[in-house]
Amino acid sequence: MHRLSLTRYHRAAPLVLLFILLAGITTAASFVQSQPANATAAASTDDISEGSKLFAANCATCHGLAAQGQDGVAPSLIGVGAAAVDFQVGTGRMPMQASGPQAPAKTVQFSLDQIHQLSAYVASLGPGPAVPDAQAVDPALGDASKGMQLFRTNCAMCHGSVGGGGALSQGKYAPSLMKTTPTHIYEAMLVGPQSMPVFNNANITPEDKRDIIAYLDEQRQGAPGGLSFGSIGPVAEGLWAWLLGMGLIVGFTVWIGVRSS
Amino acid sequence: MNADNGNITSEAHETGVVNGEFVDPGVPTEHRPRRADVDPKAANKAERQVAALFGLSVLGTALAIYGYVTSDASGGDLGAVQRTTMLMGVGIALAMFGVGTGAIHWAKTLMRDHDMVEERHALRSSAEARAGAIQVLKDGAKDSGVGVGRRGLIKGSLVTALLIAPLSLLVPAVGNLGGDWNVSQFKHTMWRKGMRLAKDPDGTPIKASDVTIGSVFHVIPEGLNELEHGKLEEKAKAVVLLIRMDPRELNVQPGREDWSFDGIIAYSKICTHVGCPVALYEQQTHHLLCPCHQSTFDVANGAKVIFGPAKRPLPQLPIMVDDEGYIVAKDDFNEPIGPSFWERLK
Repeated sequence: MHRLSLTRYHRAAPLVLLFILLAGITTAASFVQSQPANATAAASTDDISEGSKLFAANCATCHGLAAQGQDGVAPSLIGVGAAAVDFQVGTGRMPMQASGPQAPAKTVQFSLDQIHQLSAYVASLGPGPAVPDAQAVDPALGDASKGMQLFRTNCAMCHGSVGGGGALSQGKYAPSLMKTTPTHIYEAMLVGPQSMPVFNNANITPEDKRDIIAYLDEQRQGAPGGLSFGSIGPVAEGLWAWLLGMGLIVGFTVWIGVRSS
Repeated sequence: MNADNGNITSEAHETGVVNGEFVDPGVPTEHRPRRADVDPKAANKAERQVAALFGLSVLGTALAIYGYVTSDASGGDLGAVQRTTMLMGVGIALAMFGVGTGAIHWAKTLMRDHDMVEERHALRSSAEARAGAIQVLKDGAKDSGVGVGRRGLIKGSLVTALLIAPLSLLVPAVGNLGGDWNVSQFKHTMWRKGMRLAKDPDGTPIKASDVTIGSVFHVIPEGLNELEHGKLEEKAKAVVLLIRMDPRELNVQPGREDWSFDGIIAYSKICTHVGCPVALYEQQTHHLLCPCHQSTFDVANGAKVIFGPAKRPLPQLPIMVDDEGYIVAKDDFNEPIGPSFWERLK
């Protein structure tokens, strides 16, 4: 019993451990950088008939055999263009897994070739925006500082000032843009998927769109000041400061005031 | 110490209350030795712990210096800047933490431990000291002549000087509240009949044909960027959100039949609650959200408030299309934009 009590941990040990753990996590997290995703911009032959078969098998249940849509279930796809299909299917939002406030991005269900076939089929139904080429979305060709002006005017209110995402009403949200490919960012502006408004080429010109992509690409290089906590604003930072910071201060204050055993 | 201390019964110690009054709990009399006082092994262990904490501080200092020396903050690699900041921050934190906790642990476990009682004194001064102080005041008043009816000029001018002295601070403070006390400027914006709606920030005018269904344009008045004075003030009042929706979904408000054009509709971007820019537009629900307090406006129904603390709909900017196809304002807003203010009612 006596020996046990000698090897017992000091009562401040959990506090000290917690502090060292936090310091460790903070240091380690700064070494982990999110890698920018690569653009998928491969061109394949338009195979409308292959796309038609894929559409009938995977999309027609909701969008109708002629892509005419169903009231209250799914919108008509006539005239939405290849860009809309490439965005919705290429980010895994379509086919939808379940109905809900918003179709979330998830694992992509089709190969690149199949997505191009589907896009070609839907584009053949009516004129609509096309998938941008690799040069139109190359962040290296854009002006990030002009992109920042445009982003803060047109996008930041929903997506956050550096594209970290944010909440909308009733379960809808503006997703984080940190891992979205440049092509998909371009297409989303062009077609206005789900809750997002349309930013056509008269509103934000193709060069402006590339500037915005360049600005978002800059944000993926990391923040020089420390951890960004997902860039979702003061809530994450406040939570960290109040719960952990204040908790530690209270803990140490109690430890200082308690008599030694 | 209170004289009642000796009379406290054990019952009073447990409840702390006697005859409905709290009693002085007194000071515990017996001294409880710490483990390190009686057990040399515990003392040695505490010594090692203190030394380890000081050692942690040394490691932290070394880490901070390592982070500084190996930093590559000059290049464009933001990750390297972040790593340097983090290493130095964590290193300095550990250096301070080790010294501080080591010193406290040392004091708590190993430094000499004995109880001390610090007696409280009565707050009231002795009768002699009080009488002496009052006499000093009386003598002073007598020597100065105040209160004896003489030197009325000096007393009057002193009171006057004291009363108006604060004005030297108040006048500049109040004067700096605003260079212009003209309230009517809150009731008007720079929108005029025929002024074109232009894109924020570059000021390109917008054609009606450019505004496709589902589009949102962030709008400033054409010519705003050319203003030499008060550009930001004018912008803060005049910003507009231009939205086009399917004309079948737009319920035009009575009396405003000619304020919109083929589903194109313009509303002030300044929230009627406290003036944040309302710009989170959900294309499918036609709801417009304010990011500050979640006021929600239904753009399809006259921007009426459907949620949140805002009390009035967003003011609508009447628009039409000019001969060249550009969207122009028909007039200024027909009501003050933004949050309420006192003179708004007049």
